[in-house]
Formats: sequence, structure tokens, C-alpha cells
Amino acid sequence: MRGIPFVRPANLLRSSIFRLTLVYLVFFSLAVAVLAGAVFWITANVVSRQIDSTIDAEIRGLAEQFSQRGTPGLITAIQRRAAAAERTRGLYLVTDAAGRRLAGNLSRWPDEPADEAGWLTFRLESPEAENGGVNFGRARTFELPGGFRLLVGHDVRERDRVAGLIRETLAWSLLAILGISLLGGLLMSRVLLRRIEAINRTSREIMAGNLSRRVPLSRRDDEFDQLAGNLNAMLDQIERLLEGMRQVSDNIAHDLRSPLARLRGGLELALMEDPKSEGYRDAIAKAIAEADSILKTFAALLSIAQAEAGTPRERFTVVGLKALVEDVVELYAPLTEELGMELAVGPLEDIRLTGDRDMLFQALVNLLDNAIKFSGKGGRIDIAAARRGETAVLSVGDRGPGIPEDKREEVLKRFVRLERSRSTAGSGLGLSLAQAVARLHDGKLILGDHAPGLCASLELPLAQGTPPGR
Amino acid sequence: MRVLIVEDDGETAGYIAKGLGEAGYAVEVAADGRDGLLRAASEDFDLAIVDRMLPHLDGLSLVETLRGTGKSLPVLFLSAMGGVDDRVKGLRAGGDDYLVKPFAFSELLARVEALLRRPAAGQVDTSLRVADLEMDLLSRSVRRGGRAIELQPREFKILEYLMRHAGHVVTRTMLLEHVWNYHFDPQTNVVDVHISRLRQKIDKDFEQPLLHTVRGAGYSLRETS
Repeated sequence: MRGIPFVRPANLLRSSIFRLTLVYLVFFSLAVAVLAGAVFWITANVVSRQIDSTIDAEIRGLAEQFSQRGTPGLITAIQRRAAAAERTRGLYLVTDAAGRRLAGNLSRWPDEPADEAGWLTFRLESPEAENGGVNFGRARTFELPGGFRLLVGHDVRERDRVAGLIRETLAWSLLAILGISLLGGLLMSRVLLRRIEAINRTSREIMAGNLSRRVPLSRRDDEFDQLAGNLNAMLDQIERLLEGMRQVSDNIAHDLRSPLARLRGGLELALMEDPKSEGYRDAIAKAIAEADSILKTFAALLSIAQAEAGTPRERFTVVGLKALVEDVVELYAPLTEELGMELAVGPLEDIRLTGDRDMLFQALVNLLDNAIKFSGKGGRIDIAAARRGETAVLSVGDRGPGIPEDKREEVLKRFVRLERSRSTAGSGLGLSLAQAVARLHDGKLILGDHAPGLCASLELPLAQGTPPGR
Repeated sequence: MRVLIVEDDGETAGYIAKGLGEAGYAVEVAADGRDGLLRAASEDFDLAIVDRMLPHLDGLSLVETLRGTGKSLPVLFLSAMGGVDDRVKGLRAGGDDYLVKPFAFSELLARVEALLRRPAAGQVDTSLRVADLEMDLLSRSVRRGGRAIELQPREFKILEYLMRHAGHVVTRTMLLEHVWNYHFDPQTNVVDVHISRLRQKIDKDFEQPLLHTVRGAGYSLRETS
């Protein structure tokens, strides 16, 4: 079993789905990182502000002490608070004008300068610091009358701890996200690769010659099913065309072989005749007639191929169908009269459509030729051009034997002549050509019942070539 | 009359040359496009028969270049490409007629004759005459031996075309192209009936038939010699 997952790592890296997953993962991780950064920043800010407001509150208390009891009161208050600092994590220091320490739990005045409002962040050399003795404090300083200086602060170990906690959490969750996404990507790639591989496998089998294979469909009707459906429709079309071509070559071989054989035989006989005799000339003339009929078959085949290939639309002109039918009738009236048939012109509406004038004429002539072939003496042929909604209908009806309903599809195939008509002349290409011309104009050839007889109609959309939305 | 055949397939060229030679033309063959252009431009030919697909220089370019040098000799294109648009392309490039391979030699001969008999530009006939058959193009009337003949409009057109090509073969395809103005292949002898009706009118009451059927080729309007 080739190509079925588990997919090898090398394949996986080449898979565009996996690459897309990775790219998506990078963007997703970036988004998570931004989010984490924001959470971190906001939390750190909140904690900082909390510390600042705690400091402010303490200062308000101390300021009250100072205003009521002066410096000694302040020092007492500081001493009391410093004693409880183990629990509150407060930092206090009062120095005199000479910078000597009067009270507080800091050993000396920090070196770092304070900002205009008196705030400063400074390095603590606290004895109990666990992480290598480095710790930070945040404090506000005041100059008091008499050269005294006061520092009230808080150590920010709490903030750092919270920040650390957040950092750690984020790092772990990022790792987990990466892991889970990678796993998801792998699974997704495998599922998608499996469905693509199904299409590839079918293509390989078809290339190997099994034209009847089709891409399997799941019942989900998703994009893959739509792709598979389109591929299958395309394969159907190709198979039909190939089948048609095979049939044509079979039929050409069959239908051209007999006239070619007659041609060859006739020429051989001519060789035996005396060149001066009438028989010699007759044989040559017969050979020429035979060759002409072969050429006619070729011409019809070429016309069909041309109509099916689709002539360039720039060759299309506005064709008046009334004039077209009148021209056909004018051309054929003497012949039908000679054959004792009545060529009845039905309703002729003045319809105009964009199309290939010569091809449409050829198609109509073919239908008429066909009708003549199947009408006996005294028969009647109806020809008409009518408009039905947005469709122009060119119809030729005869009173001949008609075509049984189940055979109508078949006679549209090239070279097919029903057993009954094998004896009459004709290449069997007339209806195929008419159909090809109809298709060239986005229309179709309909074979219907003329009760009795056959009614062949070319149904041509008037707005062909410009389907809605284009 | 000198005819130049530009055709790379030796056998086809030989067969056309032989046929035209027998019909009384002086024929020369060029086997590729460049040679063909050189000779058509420098020598004096009355007609050129040019294949569409040629080595060195294709037929379309050959004729376009030739027209560029001011040469106006009639050109008949031969081609295995039978599409209507191929025909149009050939005529646009400066060709005067277009014949699709495979063709009947009689068809080629008839077209060559028709091309060589094209009236010089600017000259307008007002009447045509073949033996005792007269056609007045202004009053659109036909007389034979002084007797008026009534013709349907289409019959008049057929006769006009035949008279303009009097003495030469006119094929059924030529009639369909020039009288009916449609390019198509009838599977029936639809043209023959029109001709026989015309024949009824112009030949029936006269001793000398003028409208002849040329077997395997078409028709010819001429005085029996």
C-alpha cells in the first residue's frame, strides 16, 4: 500500500498542508505571546500601583504623627513600624542633618537619586535575600525641617514573585500550545493528505490505462468532494469523447473501406479494358464518382470536426433565419418538385441570431436532405422557423417512416444508419453534423415525432454565447 | 499562359503540372516558399498556385510579401486546412481563391480558368454574349436567336455566371459559392435540377445546345464546335 499515512517525516515537510499548519502555528504563538505580554505588563502595573498606594497611606499616617508630636513622635512611629516590617515588608529610614541614621530598618540612605516627586527604586542589600542578595525596594523620600530626611518604602519582592509566577505559567502554556498545535497539525495533515492521496491514486490508475476509475466521494459534500466531483465529470467527458473517437475510427474504417475497395476494383477492371473502348471511359468515370463520394464523406467529417472544435466567435455574424430558410427553400424547391414532393413552408418568423451563416445553412440543408431521403413520391416536407421564448427553432418535418423513440439517440452518432436506411445513399454524417452545428451555437438538435414521420429541429438560444453572469 | 506552382510535395506538384500542361498551360514548379516568392516577384507569371504550408516561408506570408511588391497576379491557395476561417485568412492575405485538399483536378482547372478570365478591374459589362445567346445586364433580359427568354431571378444569376465563364468548366461548388453565396457541401444533386431547368429554357427549342454537362466536373456554356 503506497502513500497511505503514516506519512514519512520527509513527506510531511513537503506537504503544503503541514507547512501551512506550521506557518499558522507561528502566527498563533505570536498572538499568544502578545497576549501573555499584555497580561504580564498589566499585572506588574497593578502590583506596582498597589505598592505605591500602600506607601502613600503609610506616609499619610506618619505625616499625622509628625504634625502632632514632631520629630520625636515620628521617630517613635518609625521604630514601631520598623519592628513590624518583617511582616509588612515596609522599609523605613530617618536620618538627621548629618546623614546619621536615627531610626528605621535600612542601614543607610540609598545611593540612587529620587525623582521630582521623591520616588525612587533602589537596590536593597538585605541580609535575608534569598536570590543572591539582590532585591529591590521602592520608596518615597522627604526633606523634613531641621535637615531631617525621611524614607518610606516597600520592598518589591512580592511584585517580582508575582511576575515570576506569571512568566512561568506563560512559558509552560506556550509550550503546551505548541505541542498540542503541532499534534493537531500532524493529524490534520494526515487526514487531508489521505484524501488528496485518494485522488492521486485514482489519477495514477487512470494514467495506467484504467479509464473507468473514478475518484471516491465521501458523503460530506465539502471542497474535496466538489473537486472530486468535477474531476469525475471531466473524466466522464473525456471517456465519452474517447469512446466517440474510437467509434468514429471504427466507422471510418468500415464506411470508407467499402468505397475504397470499389474504387480499387473499378480501376483494376479499367486496366483490363481496351483504352480506346467506351467501357474504359465508363470504368474511369465510375472510379471518379466513387472517389468523389469518399471526398464528400471526408468533407462532412472535416465540417463536423470544425463545428465541434468551435469556430472562432469572431466569425459569427447576425444571421436572419427567415432569409436562411428562404434560401434553402429556393435552392431545394426545384429538386423536391422533380421528386414529386411538396415542400411546405410553415410559419417563418423574422428571427435574428448571432451565428455562423454557412454552418447553419449546412445544418438545415442536411436536415432537408435527410427528409427528402425518407419521403417518397407525393410526400410532404414541412420547414419552418419559429421563435419559442428565447429560443429559435428551425424545424424540418417529413412524413416518412420516422425514427422509433429508442433509436433517436443512436442515429445522432456518426456513421450510424439504421438497418432500414442502409440501402439509401448517404454517409450517415448528416445528422451528426447538424448536431455539431447546433452545439456550436449552444443549442441542440431534437428529433421528435411528426406524426407520422420525423421532425428534426435545431433549437438555438437567441442569447447564446452570453450566459447570465458573464 | 504561365502558371507557377509553389508546392513542396513533389507528387502533388507533378500531378497538377501535368494536368495543367495538358490543358495548355506553361507550368513551372517551386518547391519551397522562398524560391516561390523570388520567382513570383521577379518573373512574369499569369497565375500562382500556392500551398499554405511550405518550407522556409509559409504560403500566407509569401502572398502577403508578394502583394507588398505590387504584383497583382491572381493567386489560388491550396490547403489541407479546410476551416472557414482558414479560407478567410487566405483570402485576406491577398489570395483570390482557396481550394481545400483533397480536390478534384477538374475543380482546380475550373478555378484556374475562372481566375485567368477575371475581367480587369473597373471594366463593367453591360451585356454578355455566347453564340446567339444574349444577356442584357441593364434591363436584365435574355434573348436567344432574337427570341426573348423568361428567367427566374436565380436562373438569371446562374446563367450570368456561366456566360461570364463561357467556354470553361464551372463546378457545382463554384455555383453554390458565387450564385447562392454559401460555402457548404450538398449531399444531393440539388444544383443539377436548377441547371436542367435553365437548360429547358435556353436549349430546348434550339438545335444547338449551349449548356453542357462535363462529366465528373460540372457544366460548361459554349458553342458546340
